[in-house]
Amino acid sequence: MNVVVCVKQIPDPAEPGKLEADNTLDRSGKLILDESDSYGVEMALQLVDKAGGGEVTLVSMAPGNETSGLRTALAMGAAKAILVSDDALSGAGALDTAKVLAAAIKRAEPDLVLAATESSDGYTGTVPEQVAALLGLPSITFAKEVELADGKVKVQRQTEAGFDEVEAPLPALVSVTAGVVEPRYPSFKGIMAAKSKPVDQLGLGDLGIDASAVGSAGAGQEIVTVEDAPAREAGEIIEDDGESFGRIVAYLENLKVI
Amino acid sequence: MAINRIWVLAEALDGTVAPITLELLAKARELGGTVEAVYGGEGADVAEAVGAHGATTVYATGDLSGSLPGVPVASAIAEAIESGNGPDLLLFGTTYDGRDIAARLSVAIDKPVITNNTDLAVEGDDVVVTEPVFGGTKLVKTRFTAGAPYIALFRPKSFVAESTGAGAAEVASLQVPDAGQAKVLNRHIEESSGPKLDEAEVVVSGGRGLGDAEKYRMIEDLAKALKAAPGASRAIVDAGWVPYSYQVGQTGKVVKPTVYIAAGISGATQHLVGMKGSKNIIAINKDAEAPIFSVADLGIVGDVHKVLPKLLEALQSR
Repeated sequence: MNVVVCVKQIPDPAEPGKLEADNTLDRSGKLILDESDSYGVEMALQLVDKAGGGEVTLVSMAPGNETSGLRTALAMGAAKAILVSDDALSGAGALDTAKVLAAAIKRAEPDLVLAATESSDGYTGTVPEQVAALLGLPSITFAKEVELADGKVKVQRQTEAGFDEVEAPLPALVSVTAGVVEPRYPSFKGIMAAKSKPVDQLGLGDLGIDASAVGSAGAGQEIVTVEDAPAREAGEIIEDDGESFGRIVAYLENLKVI
Repeated sequence: MAINRIWVLAEALDGTVAPITLELLAKARELGGTVEAVYGGEGADVAEAVGAHGATTVYATGDLSGSLPGVPVASAIAEAIESGNGPDLLLFGTTYDGRDIAARLSVAIDKPVITNNTDLAVEGDDVVVTEPVFGGTKLVKTRFTAGAPYIALFRPKSFVAESTGAGAAEVASLQVPDAGQAKVLNRHIEESSGPKLDEAEVVVSGGRGLGDAEKYRMIEDLAKALKAAPGASRAIVDAGWVPYSYQVGQTGKVVKPTVYIAAGISGATQHLVGMKGSKNIIAINKDAEAPIFSVADLGIVGDVHKVLPKLLEALQSR
């Protein structure tokens, strides 16, 4: 059972977001493994384990040949990584990102591809499904539970009303929600081993993708302006002296909520 | 004019058309041109509602027979576009199925897709969408540069639904070239009493400041006392205290109630994006520096374990 996990290396969410002069996200600082992807990596490791063998390969698109987030996932137990890095990818949107990831994933020939439902810096939420379309794979998104049996993947898929039981034949792509599994903390042994696990670094040329088809040149979208959103007026802040509940009751009465 | 024909993705649950569909139809009408709906299912099920909100025709695939909608609905729309019978602009909700269908369509017709938008404008020949970023503190305007058809997805409650009183839309069939291979075997509807989270007038939400899963009971009790919907921050959903359907935030539900009470929630931007639009916000948190206080109309710096029980008692004894 060979599983590919798409992982994103993003600016640390603890730092305030910054923009470059061309309004693209500033990715020059520290990049870490997107927390959403720790669930995909863990899920992959558990499925390979249950299947009795195989390996987990990470696929990531990142600027500047960034590998720090990959090392975190390798330390969890992934076997190797494929990293695509190319200056022409700056300004990429969801579709061209999916084209790059799909081309890289093809090289790994997986039985199953896992991804988070969306990244924690972009939130578009379409890339996994676009990757599946480009690879010609069936896909199930928003999985809160995943099982493999009889050449199929069986999933509990989150819906507005609850969940659906969905299945698809392998090979397939599944995007997983946060909380689908409890991600493991890498052990010291894992962290040391990660340093020497292979990371295949590729550019667009290696994937046969034309620079004009991706990034600012080919994304098909361009930022016009970035403005401040209208701010909400500050309200009244008080310290609780044991009676503040009364203030809340009065406030609700005033609004005729009670 | 760049846009002559707009398709709005209709979504429905158990025969009721989703509010986001009606909101998008209102926006589509404002943009002008022909407004139609596209639906993965039996057109007759949604024809009245979409008609009353401005769609003249609903293009329907017919019963999907348990297929996940992404592949079949996208292939049907792509086929219509390729045969010259498609729209210039597609408006979908940023929903589970909306994203899947938009993603598959984006690949089929090789056009970009932009999600999480709160507005769209046609300026001359340009179609420009507006998306809040950085926790909603900045608005990014993006122009589509690859030409029509344009695929744009919107957050719930970006627009206000408005009935025109018109009659049912005409139903037209779409061919479905590809049914896809993902099949729904069973649907589980989570029973929930009380108002729906994204439609409630009052929402009471809890976060990590509650301490542990059992303490969420205070939120449930308060919600009952106020006839409100209970909500949650992502932190306690990830921790497994409450189901994902309770989650308010960028990756949860967007709510705009008359009153939003945030108890033990720090106000990470992820969460603020989901509730900043509330008309009145009450926050209780023991940390005076918590970002939630920057959006609160009434902020109480205090211990939720002290404030909530007293509040509940006061409400229950009325």
